[in-house]
Amino acid sequence: MAETPRIQQARGVRLFWYTMWARAYPRLIGITREKSWLFFETVLPLMATIAYIFVYKALQAPPDYVGFVVVGGAMTAFWLNVLWSMASQLYWDKEEGNLELYILSPGPLMAILLGMAVGGVFMAAFRAVIVLTVCSLLFGVVYQTGSLLLLILIFVVTMTALYGMGMLFASVFLIGGREAWHISNLLQEPIYLVSGFYFPVKSMGFWVATFASIIPLTLGLDAIRQLLFTNDPTLGFLSVELELLILVVLAVVFIAGAAWALAKLETIGRREGRLIERRR
Amino acid sequence: MSMMQRVMDTPLVRRSNALRSFLTAAWLGWQIESNWADPFLFAVYSIARPVGSILILVMMYTVITNGATQEPIFAYIYLGNALYILVGQVISGVSWVIIDDREHYRTLRQLHTTPMNGYFYLMGRGVARMLVGLVSLVITIGFGVIAFRLPITLAGINWPLFIASTVLGIISLATIGLIIGSITLMLARHFWSVGDAISGALYLFSGAIFPLDILPAVLRPVGFIFPVTYWLELARRALLGPSHPTFPTLAAYSNEHLLLILAVISAVLVGFSGYIYNRALHLAKERGVFDMETSH
Repeated sequence: MAETPRIQQARGVRLFWYTMWARAYPRLIGITREKSWLFFETVLPLMATIAYIFVYKALQAPPDYVGFVVVGGAMTAFWLNVLWSMASQLYWDKEEGNLELYILSPGPLMAILLGMAVGGVFMAAFRAVIVLTVCSLLFGVVYQTGSLLLLILIFVVTMTALYGMGMLFASVFLIGGREAWHISNLLQEPIYLVSGFYFPVKSMGFWVATFASIIPLTLGLDAIRQLLFTNDPTLGFLSVELELLILVVLAVVFIAGAAWALAKLETIGRREGRLIERRR
Repeated sequence: MSMMQRVMDTPLVRRSNALRSFLTAAWLGWQIESNWADPFLFAVYSIARPVGSILILVMMYTVITNGATQEPIFAYIYLGNALYILVGQVISGVSWVIIDDREHYRTLRQLHTTPMNGYFYLMGRGVARMLVGLVSLVITIGFGVIAFRLPITLAGINWPLFIASTVLGIISLATIGLIIGSITLMLARHFWSVGDAISGALYLFSGAIFPLDILPAVLRPVGFIFPVTYWLELARRALLGPSHPTFPTLAAYSNEHLLLILAVISAVLVGFSGYIYNRALHLAKERGVFDMETSH
């Protein structure tokens, strides 16, 4: 009689790694499975970005402002992804009955959140690249990259901080219940405004821009614009180096905060019996 | 006896299945919309999003013009965006009902076993979102008058034109929402983004925030198909008065001409939405997708 092969049990870092990729898998594979999402998730959101470009055209704004809208419009993909596919996700998983499966599985919840983030970055990046490419070609946006390496570094750190924030939100929204949906809605346009998605954040004034810097996209977007559009060096809020430093700090704080909040809320949720409670 | 019960017991409502379905759905929609949170959060939600959206445009305008908000074009852009709040709320409000009932509350099947009129039920459910939109609209315009001195006074508004155009505008928007909702009945994926996508597309083609003449010539005719273009123009004219300069696109048309065009488009949409709804309902049942829960 053939002996059943022994299944190797993953533990520690290995378990964390496998869990993360297991959660990222449906998002990564989903990009290639159903092509129709391309139309709904990329072509249609282009409309809003193009509408803002035409506003600047109607106002006869300098050409760099068209570029500001294009870059801002591309970055909205990441913010929407963080709000709807990160922050609200654990709540939706709870409603659909997936959360109880996550909790019963041996994989750590933090790895599941990280997997959501990894998959989400890819999905959002796809949409951002299409917005960036199509709008740049349609409207002839000219970019001037002083330092490509610094640009990539800023982008990576911004995404790390942003998705760290999304992981923190996910823990908080889990307790927030069905109001999570409305809070996500509430955080769309007001954040587009204070973070300067369609104009330089410096125009909002020092204190608003400082307050808005808690959202990593504010400083990330400002730094990216400073590196891509060098015609007017006075448009930046802070120096690129300082913005990078603040973004690194934000990344560390948000990821550590997410780990703490998740553990805390899981404990409270288990104790009060509300962790997997569904309310329609 | 509650107010709602009294209304439902009136002879007119008792006799009309359509009216009964509409009023019950409107009441239900309001309960769903208003009961989810405490009033403070509800108020913040209803105000912050539209005001945030409009301030984006104000900032864009201010950055380029050094704050020349007294220019006539500013009032036009501001009002276009403020009025557009209703477009999103009404279109998405009606079309989302299908998603809510089918995917979220999972009651679509049970609802259709009752003797209700499905077409008027959907219309009624959209009323609550429209009311929220109207409140946001009034607050946003009030904010514009106080903060940016928009040249609007209660005495200066052409009320008959404003009311007539807005009623027609809301009817046409609700029918667009109903058409999208009907299509949603047959969709398994991406249904949640269709309503928002259509209202997003209208934002570009309706001349809400810039004159249609700015669009490339080949795209301009798209804007003339949609009723939103005419409603926005009429409402802005009614609010700002006859002496206020308008966008050049429809400047050659009188108010009566525009009202007639809007009325014709609305009538066509009412008929078309009824046909599409019945057809989509039939197809959804025939294909067995009417009550599917995709969890997508």
